[in-house]
Amino acid sequence: MLTKRIIPCLDVIKRRVTKGVKFQNNVDLGDPIEMAVRYSDEGCDELVVYDITASAERRPIDIEMVRDVAQAIRIPFSVGGGIATLEDMSRVLLAGAEKISVNSLAVKNPAIIAEGARAFGAQCIVLGMDPFATPDRQRCPSGYEITTRGFRERTGLDAVEWAKQAEQHGAGEIVVNSVDADGTRAGFELTITRLIAEAVRIPVVASGGAGCSAHLRDAFNLAHADAAIVAGMIHTGEFTLAQIKRELHAEGVPVRMIW
Amino acid sequence: MIAIVDYKAGNLTSVRLAFRALGCDAAVTSDPQVILAADRVVFPGVGAAGSAMRNLTDLRLIPVLKEVAARGTPFLGICLGTQILFDFCEEDGGTPTLGLLPGRVPRFQPMDRWDKVPQMGWNQVKIVRPHPLLDGIEDGSEFYFVHSYYPAPSDPSLVPGTTDYAGITFASMVGSGNVAATQFHPEKSGRIGLRLLANFIRWSP
Repeated sequence: MLTKRIIPCLDVIKRRVTKGVKFQNNVDLGDPIEMAVRYSDEGCDELVVYDITASAERRPIDIEMVRDVAQAIRIPFSVGGGIATLEDMSRVLLAGAEKISVNSLAVKNPAIIAEGARAFGAQCIVLGMDPFATPDRQRCPSGYEITTRGFRERTGLDAVEWAKQAEQHGAGEIVVNSVDADGTRAGFELTITRLIAEAVRIPVVASGGAGCSAHLRDAFNLAHADAAIVAGMIHTGEFTLAQIKRELHAEGVPVRMIW
Repeated sequence: MIAIVDYKAGNLTSVRLAFRALGCDAAVTSDPQVILAADRVVFPGVGAAGSAMRNLTDLRLIPVLKEVAARGTPFLGICLGTQILFDFCEEDGGTPTLGLLPGRVPRFQPMDRWDKVPQMGWNQVKIVRPHPLLDGIEDGSEFYFVHSYYPAPSDPSLVPGTTDYAGITFASMVGSGNVAATQFHPEKSGRIGLRLLANFIRWSP
């Protein structure tokens, strides 16, 4: 049986992993390569590495870091931040990443999804999206609006509509990172995750809000997520990946238990 | 020397890095002479069968691969590389392929709305028959898959490993003499995938 993927997320600033709440108050958590190796040894199924200031600083992604991660681990990882062109995508993939994550850039220029999928295959192109709950159902019928640039800008785009468009453009996977749940560790935003999982036929990754294994179970069982992102709950050392997997396994969620 | 065949079908960095992690410098190459001179040949690939066959034709690699297989050189297909070792892929309106393994490569036709195509992620490989490349690998170990089509060999005795997905059981590993082939990606499958590649490096079929 295909297992549910558990994916630690490393937010990197100046080659250090950091963690903030809603992109604020970042604290230093360690070296990204060491953390990638540790999580891989502990049984994570995939990793996400975001160079979170690359876009704002208008610089290309830290390609040396991508190369170092690729040499250090033997599991798939995706990379996001500062990817603006096909050339950028190509550099990241040749450095050894499995997937590229686009977010704000794709909102501005949706054609990049199709161009990336055509050049490298849909399985490489991940659409990251940062929706938040809005009462404005006229503008956003699903009740969720897409933000960009690290939650700073509202777009007026309906989240479910955007997910369907991204699938049509050729995205291979969608990461639904709820602005409202991000950093709270109070559980994933199940409603928008499920709405998107029901609207598309590509894998959906729940993101933002993971605080215990029951939150992951709910994302898989109630919101139909194919994978879930964890950050704070493992970065603090409060939970290990093995523990999360044992608990999910005990609840009947298919997870990879041998590594 | 190990040759990793480069026929413009996807990114070969992770294959090269996996062999390097095993202390083995593999050459990524499209040069027929280098491939023919290699002690072992790895034939990976990601993408579509039609363009892969066109690229192999343009690079004049089809007779080279056939010769390598016929000579008894240890040969490992991975993912799309595995699929085009068979006679025929359903992809791109039906593509005749290399015919080094007997069988066809159909597309997943899931009945369940939540079985997505491509299959992407870690799935179990059930060991149904021993194979030297599976030495030391526990039955039911998970490997990393990304694919929409799957091998359907016409000879079940060539199948050491199977995997369940989208309502069927398919051959996730095939072995015939010196040719071994996996639908999954051993180079992205952590310690267990590396074990399979280490077995390949030592394999004398």
